[in-house]
Amino acid sequence: MIEIENVRKSFGPLEVLKGINLTVPRGEVLTVIGGSGSGKSTLLTCINGLEPIDSGKILVDGIEVHAKSTDLNKLRQKIGIVFQQWNAFPHLTVLENVMLAQVKVLKRSKAEAGAEAEKQLKHVGLGDKLSVYPSRLSGGQQQRMAIARALAMSPDYMLFDEVTSALDPQLVGEVLDTLRMLASEGMTMICVTHEMKFAREVSDRVAFFHKGVMAEIAPPEELFDAPKDPELRQFLAATH
Amino acid sequence: MFDTALTVNDLILLAKGAGMTLLVTAISVFFGTILGIVFGVVRYQIGPWWAAPMTFVLDIFRSIPLLIQLVLANAFLTAVLKLKMSGFAVACGVLSLYTAAYCAEIVRGGIESVPLTLRRAARSLGMSWGQDMRNIVLPLATRVALPSWIGLALGVMKDSALVYIVQVVELLKSTQILITRLQEPLFLLMICGMFYFVISFPIARFGGYLEKRWSND
Amino acid sequence: MFNYNFRWNQAFNSLPQMLEGALVTIEIAVLSMMIGITVAITLTVFRLSGNRFLSAIATTWVEIARNTPALFQIYMVHFGLGGFGIHLSPYMSLLIGIAFNNAGYLAENFRGALKAIPDTQTRAARSLGMSSGQAFTNVVMPQMLRIAFLPMTNQMVWAILMTSLGAVVAMNTDLYGVTSELNARSFRTFELFAIAAVIFYLLTKAITLSARLLAARLFRY
Repeated sequence: MIEIENVRKSFGPLEVLKGINLTVPRGEVLTVIGGSGSGKSTLLTCINGLEPIDSGKILVDGIEVHAKSTDLNKLRQKIGIVFQQWNAFPHLTVLENVMLAQVKVLKRSKAEAGAEAEKQLKHVGLGDKLSVYPSRLSGGQQQRMAIARALAMSPDYMLFDEVTSALDPQLVGEVLDTLRMLASEGMTMICVTHEMKFAREVSDRVAFFHKGVMAEIAPPEELFDAPKDPELRQFLAATH
Repeated sequence: MFDTALTVNDLILLAKGAGMTLLVTAISVFFGTILGIVFGVVRYQIGPWWAAPMTFVLDIFRSIPLLIQLVLANAFLTAVLKLKMSGFAVACGVLSLYTAAYCAEIVRGGIESVPLTLRRAARSLGMSWGQDMRNIVLPLATRVALPSWIGLALGVMKDSALVYIVQVVELLKSTQILITRLQEPLFLLMICGMFYFVISFPIARFGGYLEKRWSND
Repeated sequence: MFNYNFRWNQAFNSLPQMLEGALVTIEIAVLSMMIGITVAITLTVFRLSGNRFLSAIATTWVEIARNTPALFQIYMVHFGLGGFGIHLSPYMSLLIGIAFNNAGYLAENFRGALKAIPDTQTRAARSLGMSSGQAFTNVVMPQMLRIAFLPMTNQMVWAILMTSLGAVVAMNTDLYGVTSELNARSFRTFELFAIAAVIFYLLTKAITLSARLLAARLFRY
């Protein structure tokens, strides 16, 4: 379970998170929507401790992410994150990309890591690209590789930060399909996205962020069909 | 501050050495740059194939230790040709060609950095080759070439320490003379090193600043 | 045309000794590069560490190496350290002097290379649970070394050329040293140094060529 309690965060004079409270139970698929600068992406990077927070706390399975005593490297093994920019490691093959952290962080043997990497890459449909360098892959393929790379660490939670935003339109579908597949398998996921149709389809709940505040959170039918927050109504009207 | 046997005369010797370092550098950079620009433009103009012999010769200056270039030139001019040439003249001659070899590469790189489309645009407006070179290529290529050229000039100043081999007493050699006499290597070397550093460091920083500023737009 | 008697035969008789000298030259250049790269990586880590003291050490090293003559640096190692009662052999002075120079220039090249690697690479590595050290060694450093490969090749050529500077510390076993000793005995200056020049030329070309072949093998991405 991920528990976010009254989290505040500023970049200089700009307050990007103004007291967020949110609980994501295991098995839930939560999507987060909102305009740019709403703080939704910052929240994700705070959850796995890549960004410090100013006040409040975030608990993952009861462990406080920003406590000094917390071993962040260990905690991050539980929480996979995939970014808008896929960040393939260009000097490693697709297979090696997915193996690296398994060997270095989880101390798996090369054989074990290789088998797991192959399994995950097949899972995301890249079984035939194992020995290829990322520069030979399309953006969509690289993004799926990044997902496999995170999954290979056997995380309990997956965070997706606008993973389709940097892709050419025709490549968005294949990545969303991968996310749908993960959702159907029961992975706990928080997806920051601009894909409203996708959000409606896969989410258990949808949260709307506006100017650092979580303005509304509800199951998708409710949020999309009967939005209460005026800003949300405006946002939905603008995206259609 | 320092307990040293260094006299005013010794300081004059060092100052003369420093002056010689600057003089050799200035002459070599001046002639080397002119030659380098000529070589660079010619090389670009006639294309890599026809320029191959020139490229080959210039490359030799960059592939052989400067010390050997100086020894060879000195031996060739004074022993083989039996010319009466001072070490100073030999030093300046060799360093000028050495500078030209590097400068030609910098110039060529600068010209090549100017997009061909831009030059075609200039020519299509009716500009002559000379006008295109002067008004389009020169200002744009300079932006690319100047930071490297500053690095080259400083490199020549540092490399000029090698001309001691043809009996030119520049800064490092005069330091060495004093070390042998006074037996205070550390103190004297510090003075010598400071001299190079004080000239090179700010100019190198300035070059870095130009490079950064010009690469941004 | 010349009333100078070239005696190439006499000079060519010395070729075996000169080739032995060339081996020493290669040895010094290779060792100085190995030390130089290791130190340069360390200096780069110092600069990235955020520790003021460590980055001051790195910056000082780099600026002295880049802003004073290599000849001065070798001189300093040999005679300057002598002031502290540390007396090194000509071989060691030359090796350490060149390694010092290499490290300074390479550290600067590495810094430039790092600028070309996006921060998001480190971020991605950290998000997979890697420590900052693991992220640097496994993700950033290999890319840095690849980007800096051409400057590293150039520095290796420089290292070969710099071995000639051993002259100032009475180094007499490398190619330049051997040639000058032969010259002191026979006075065939032009012939001897012309042969040395050709050997140096071939050495630098061999380095450039093998670096190209190595790059093709190493960097397949």
